[in-house]
Parts: sequence; C-alpha cells; structure tokens
Amino acid sequence: MSTLELKGVSKRYRVRGSGTMLALDDVDVTITSGRTLALVGQSGSGKSTIAKIITQLERATSGEVLLDGAPIPRRGAALRRYRQQVRMVFQDPFASLNPYHSIRHHLERPLRLDKVVPRAQIEAEVVRLLDLVRLDPGATIDRRPHELSGGQRQRVAIARAIASRPSLLVADEPVSMLDVSIRLGVLNLLADLQRSQNLGVLYITHDLATARHFSDEIMVLNHGRVVEQGPSDDVILNPQHEYTRALLAASPDPDKHFEGAAR
Amino acid sequence: MSTATNLEPEQDAVENAIELKEVEGLSQGRIVARRFLRHRGAMISVVVLLALVVLVTTSIGWGPIPGWWQHGFREMNAIVNPSGAPTMGFVDGRFTFGAHPFGQDNVGRDVFAMVMRGTQQSLTVMVVIGVLSTAIGVVLGAFSGYYRGRTDSVIMRFTDMVITIPTIMVGAILGILVGGASPWTLAFALSLVTWTTMARLVRAQFLALREQEFVDAARVAGASDARIMFKHILPNAVGVIIVNSTLLMASAMLLETALSFLGFGIRAPEVSLGQIINEYSDAFATRPWLFWWPGAFIVTIALCVNFIGDGLRDAFDPRQRRIPTARALAKADAKKAAKALRAAAAKV
Repeated sequence: MSTLELKGVSKRYRVRGSGTMLALDDVDVTITSGRTLALVGQSGSGKSTIAKIITQLERATSGEVLLDGAPIPRRGAALRRYRQQVRMVFQDPFASLNPYHSIRHHLERPLRLDKVVPRAQIEAEVVRLLDLVRLDPGATIDRRPHELSGGQRQRVAIARAIASRPSLLVADEPVSMLDVSIRLGVLNLLADLQRSQNLGVLYITHDLATARHFSDEIMVLNHGRVVEQGPSDDVILNPQHEYTRALLAASPDPDKHFEGAAR
Repeated sequence: MSTATNLEPEQDAVENAIELKEVEGLSQGRIVARRFLRHRGAMISVVVLLALVVLVTTSIGWGPIPGWWQHGFREMNAIVNPSGAPTMGFVDGRFTFGAHPFGQDNVGRDVFAMVMRGTQQSLTVMVVIGVLSTAIGVVLGAFSGYYRGRTDSVIMRFTDMVITIPTIMVGAILGILVGGASPWTLAFALSLVTWTTMARLVRAQFLALREQEFVDAARVAGASDARIMFKHILPNAVGVIIVNSTLLMASAMLLETALSFLGFGIRAPEVSLGQIINEYSDAFATRPWLFWWPGAFIVTIALCVNFIGDGLRDAFDPRQRRIPTARALAKADAKKAAKALRAAAAKV
C-alpha cells in the first residue's frame, strides 16, 4: 500500500525573453494504491507538468512530493528505488520506444536495472510481461518498435512500465495517439492491470467520458489550478465549477445520457 | 476526357505501391543499405576505391604485406626512356607496361612505386583524421547537446574559437613542430582542428533527440546520463555521423595534400602525393608525368570518397524518394502504356 502526495506544489518555467510562466499554482494531489485518479484539463492546463514532477523529470519550484510520507530523494540509489516504485506510460508510443532497440531489450533493461528477478529468470519474466499485456511473445519479442502497430507499441510501453513492479503508475494521455478503434482495448488493459497489480494510477486525459468510466476520482485542472475535485460521477453529472461545465459542453461527442442526467 | 490528365494519379499510385513494397517490413538499417546499394555513383566509387586500396597495399607492400612490384620507392634505377618518360604504352602495336609504367624522375626513381607509397600515406592520414576527429567531435557534441546550458556554452565557444583559426595555418605550425616525421603524427595533429563541424552537427542531433519521449522513458526507468547519451541517443544519430565522417575524410585527404605540397606536411625522404607534386613542381613542363600521376590519384580518391559520402547521405535521408528497381520501373511503364491503350480503344 503506497501513497504519493503532492503538497502545495508550484512550478514556474523560465521563458526566454518574457520572464517566467506559472505552470502549476499550489496544487495538492494524492494517489493511492488500488485507486485511479483522473486528471482532466485542456492543453496547457498543467497536466503533463504534474506527471513530470511525479516522475522527477522536472523539479517542483515549491511545495513537496512525498511517497509514503518521505520526500523524494534527489539522487543515487534512493532515487532509483523511488523510480522503481513510480513508473510512467507516455503519450506517444511512436516516440517513447527507442527505434534502435528490440522489444526484448526494452523489457530486459528495467528488469536488470532494478534486479526484479534473478538473472536466469529474466527471459521468462519478459515473456510473462508480454503475456500480461496480451501480446504474443513469440511474435513480438525480437521485433523492433517500427514493426509493431500503435496499439501493440503502447502495450509494450505499458509492459515496460510495470516491469519493475511499481506501486504507482502515471499514464499521460495513454490512448490519445492511438486509433479510436483500439483505445478501449488499451484502456481496459490498464484497468485490468490496475486491479490485478493493485496499482495506483494517475490517468491524465482530456477525454471526460473515459475519465468517468475508468477512474474513481476526477480532478479538473485549469491554468495550473485545481478547480474541481471529487468522485467521478459527481464531477461529470453535477459539475460545480463553470470551467468543468465548459469542458463538458466542449466535448466533441456529448453523451446524451450525461446531458439528460445533468439537467 | 483526356488521357494525359488521368494518367498522373495512376502513375503516382503505382509509384506509391512500389515505395510501400520497398520498405515493407524492413528495418531502418536495411532500408538505408538497400538505398545505398542502388546509388550508382556511390557503388562505382566503392568498387574503384577498393580496387585502389588493393593495388596500393599489394604492389609495393605495406608493413607485413609483401609487394609484387620490382622497384622500391627510394631506389634509383638506370633511366630507361629519354628523361625518364613512362614506359607504359604501345610498342610495335602491342600494349606493354614496361619497367617504369608511370615513368622515372631525374635520378631514376620509379614514379609508380612513389605514387603507391604516397597513396598509402595519404590514405593513412585520411583514415586517422576521419576516425580521430569523428571521435572528438561526437564526444564534445554529445556533451554539449545533452547537458545544454553552461556546458554547451563553454564547449561551443571553444568550438567557435577552433573554427576561427585557419586550419592550414595550424596545420603548418603543427607540421613544423611535429616535423614531417610520419603520417601518423601529422594526422593526430590535424585531428585537433578538424572535429568542429562534427561537434556542431552532433550537438544539433542531441538537442533534438533528447526531447524525444524514449529519452524521458529511459530517465524515468533510472538510466544513467552516460547510458542515455551513448546507448539511447547516439544510435539514433549514427546516420548523420557516418555521412559527415565520410565527407570529412575527403577534405582531410585534400588538407594533407595541400600541407605536403606547401612543404609543411610529410617531407622527403618520406613520400606523399602532395609532397611528390611539390618536389617536382619545377618539372611540370619537362617531365609532366611526375605531376599528373599523383594528381590523378588525389582526384580519384577525393572523388570516390565524396561520392560515397553523397550516397550515404541520400540513403539516410528519409525525405529521399526510394530508388525503385529497374524491373519495377519497367512494370510501371508497361501498366501505364496498357492503360493508355485501353483508354484510346474506349474512345474509338
């Protein structure tokens, strides 16, 4: 059971020429094992900045990030242990897998780095991971990313993310680059893994329908501030903040059922 | 309806199909290899260059390799033709190489042997400069592009400084300091000033590639900076590096020649192509073969290496149209003709 907390986190980017830009303004986020939190907001609202701070690709300007009450270590073995606990699935499966490395290499590396299983069992573990994301190990293991479809690539990326057996997973728009027809499959896979591995998932998206369907809680972000937060159905069916209402109205394909219920 | 206008899309479709077929299920490396093999200029150059290397290494021998040519490049022989003119040519209607096919100089040395020796030296300098300055340029460029900020500023200002120094001048000074001792020392010295273009190109590649998500993915997984730089980013920049190092070799060879010609590079009694030309520049009017043979070898090698570089650049360029096979082209042509015929028949 793990809990990751962002307390009063702000992030200020230095912009060349025009001073600074406030990307996150005093944000609190809590992710717990076994639960899914959806982070919703338009482009530029600070969603990805939160993902970057959680994965330590960026450092917060102020505020603190705590894993089970302890601040994130800055470097060394302790940071590596933190990273073993908190993994990420990226948006673009065409860019997030290195074109020069085979699928086997992509899955072996985290296993070796975090010493998840003994050396002799790495091969078997790679096969198990591919099975877990419902890819045929025989047909994919020695391929390179360009030989796979977008959906298959994203499955590999998910397998890579869970290879180190993390307790928390950040999924930054994991299906937005995929074909509409396979989005549901990938999302269902994520939901299954979340249940079976008891993962805490931060699901970043701008798709309100999937956010409601796949998460326990929704958090709405606008201009780096949290404007609304609550159980998924409450936020979608009974939006309190006008920005949330605007987001719902702007959905390209508004679900009639939602609209009817809101009235 | 005119047949001319509706042929265009048809042709495009056929070309598209060819293109898709060409790259179907092929890895980047295999696509590049295939496109390079179809580049006529580059392939001819590879063959010519390989033949040249074999000739140069076996004829007078190189290190442990024994030679089959009867004269050494330093030995003085009796002059065969008047003023040492080449013996290669037609004698009594039959082609013959003779004892000194490229001629002799004023003391009877064999020009063929000298040109072979000179080419060996020039090739050595070319390869050593190519490898060394590529290594320096890649490492500095990688650090610069990956770490950005202050590291980048320091390395790039240093690069600018090296660029502003005229290479030929530095070459001259280094040439005097390390003295035309051997092609190796000369090549080491020149490498110190020829890495700049490579460093800039690699830096640009790293700046672009470090923003790719697979780099973030590696970092999230806890990979070290060194690993990210050399295992994740570098393989993706290898195309640019290979192409540039080839072109760099061509200019390195010309630089060595120029320096030796000016008398700052390799000096007598050692032999290099530029040095031969320099030594005999006075004899241009009286013994032109002392001038033309080394010149022809310089031009041939520089051309070949440049062509190979061009071929590699085309092969690595993703925007490049794939070169279809002759058969595929013929097939497309036949299809087009049949279509035109059918259209004409329908009209009648």
